[in-house]
Amino acid sequence: MIGIRRFRRTRDGKFRIRLQAPERELLRSLPDQARGLLDTRDSSTFRLFPVAYAGDPEADADYRSLVGNELLRHHASALETLATTSDAVELSEEELQQWLAALEVLRLVLGTQLDVGEEPEHVARDDPRAPRLAVYRYLSWLQGEIVDTLAAALPSGGSPEGP
Amino acid sequence: MHVRGAVGGATTAPSEVHRPSTDEDVRPDRPWMVIVWNDPVNLMSYVTFVFQKLFGYSRDKATSLMLDVHHKGRAVVSSGPRERAELDVFRLHQHGLWATMEQST
Repeated sequence: MIGIRRFRRTRDGKFRIRLQAPERELLRSLPDQARGLLDTRDSSTFRLFPVAYAGDPEADADYRSLVGNELLRHHASALETLATTSDAVELSEEELQQWLAALEVLRLVLGTQLDVGEEPEHVARDDPRAPRLAVYRYLSWLQGEIVDTLAAALPSGGSPEGP
Repeated sequence: MHVRGAVGGATTAPSEVHRPSTDEDVRPDRPWMVIVWNDPVNLMSYVTFVFQKLFGYSRDKATSLMLDVHHKGRAVVSSGPRERAELDVFRLHQHGLWATMEQST
């Protein structure tokens, strides 16, 4: 499958998805695991609920109480779309955006669990972190593919209303 | 409690909307800056894409801001009134970016 594009825009504005069975199985099963961590607000999900007011705990608490549930719904909805459409051969743009958001959630959680750094880390095959690191790297590659696919459709000059 | 119309408008009780704020915004003329911080997880291409998508920036401008984040550790990606800045922070948080806001000094 190397060299074959996983995502391709069709003439009617949808996206053709070409993934192998093991990839689809991964994308079907990972969201459930992440959802469990989200629901219990596991410490590995802290990157999904960032601080807005770094020097002002009171304002930040207000912000969290205002948007916390909305952020949770947003992340959970993306995960659910990924799980339920993991077998799809074609996705709408909205669904592909949801895939992108779900991959972001999965990578933030895995990246936190693995404590990844800026530079790629070399771990031995028998390192207990190796399997999860392989999944993380696959998801990173897949997210990059989706970004490239969606970015190709953006106006390169910015929107007229843009600053 | 202050007005957070931009993000929480739908859930703000009408009685709260006109309540005068006494604990903040004493200098409402100073704009709020939205800052995105470098992090080891987010892809450079993803960060650029999010800046284009959320702010309507050109690819060049979005790329330049992303590189500032990457090399300098942070970049101011938008600024304006508090409600507007808070909405931008919220949208960046929806996209998994490490965004904070602070008032210009």
